[in-house]
Amino acid sequence: MTVGLFHYLAVSGLLFIAGVLGVLLRRNVLVVFMSLELMLTASISALVAFSRFNATPDNPMMGGNVFVLFIIAIAACEVAVGLAIIVALWRRRQTVDLAELKGMKQ
Amino acid sequence: MVTDWLFYFFAALTVIAGFLVALSRSPVNAAMNMILSFIGIAGLFVLLETFFLAVLQILVYAGAIVVLFLFIIMLIDPERLPKPHKLSTIGSALVAAGLTAGWFAVLQAPTVALPTKVAAESFTGGRAPAATARVFGEVLFSQYLLPFEVAGFLLLIAMLGVIVISKHYRPATTRKEGGSV
Repeated sequence: MTVGLFHYLAVSGLLFIAGVLGVLLRRNVLVVFMSLELMLTASISALVAFSRFNATPDNPMMGGNVFVLFIIAIAACEVAVGLAIIVALWRRRQTVDLAELKGMKQ
Repeated sequence: MVTDWLFYFFAALTVIAGFLVALSRSPVNAAMNMILSFIGIAGLFVLLETFFLAVLQILVYAGAIVVLFLFIIMLIDPERLPKPHKLSTIGSALVAAGLTAGWFAVLQAPTVALPTKVAAESFTGGRAPAATARVFGEVLFSQYLLPFEVAGFLLLIAMLGVIVISKHYRPATTRKEGGSV
């Protein structure tokens, strides 16, 4: 069986599921944030695979690739702001344990 | 086929390192596995002949973002958290297994009708449309000029936001004391 769109989508789905598993399982805020990044990357790889496999000389399907470019830019913003929030949280509470951070619940 | 073997190699690297990110307890190990996973994704991009995005993936994700994560991990030096409860482990594993089964069911459903056949022909025919940075530049500065500018502005706003968030606000009383001393 030659490698086709199915294989690339399978990889991106499995990577996304790894991210979901990390978000559900881990209690460390930093690792949860890394898992979120993994999920973003998984969606990026699905976009690239779709646009590559549907591209023809008439319609190069650049929309998907440019979308990936913007996702990377926004992921960079998101990581910077999210890590700043985590540092601010650490200054205030001295913990990265999600089980201890339930101030919003009470 | 060499490319098929390369695909399986990079796919295994991506997925195994991704699961190790989710399963490793130490944040530094998670960050290192995240680099491996991103390198695997970049390899997949190279196999898809999207070289520009592969370079970006390495530079931005495996370079900048993981380095930021490592900086923060080293800075705050978090304690090693206890293992998750057995119940939450089982629950997470069940959710992951269900999602995997659902995803493969969707991929194989005939109603979705993935254009694999068309794709295989167009993939072999000719050079990839998005191979070079030049193509990206042309599209980015004509069709997507406004989103491009907005993204640039968003980066500026994120920078300002990070400065505001991470500025150390001292309570008013201590500031007054500091001023008098």
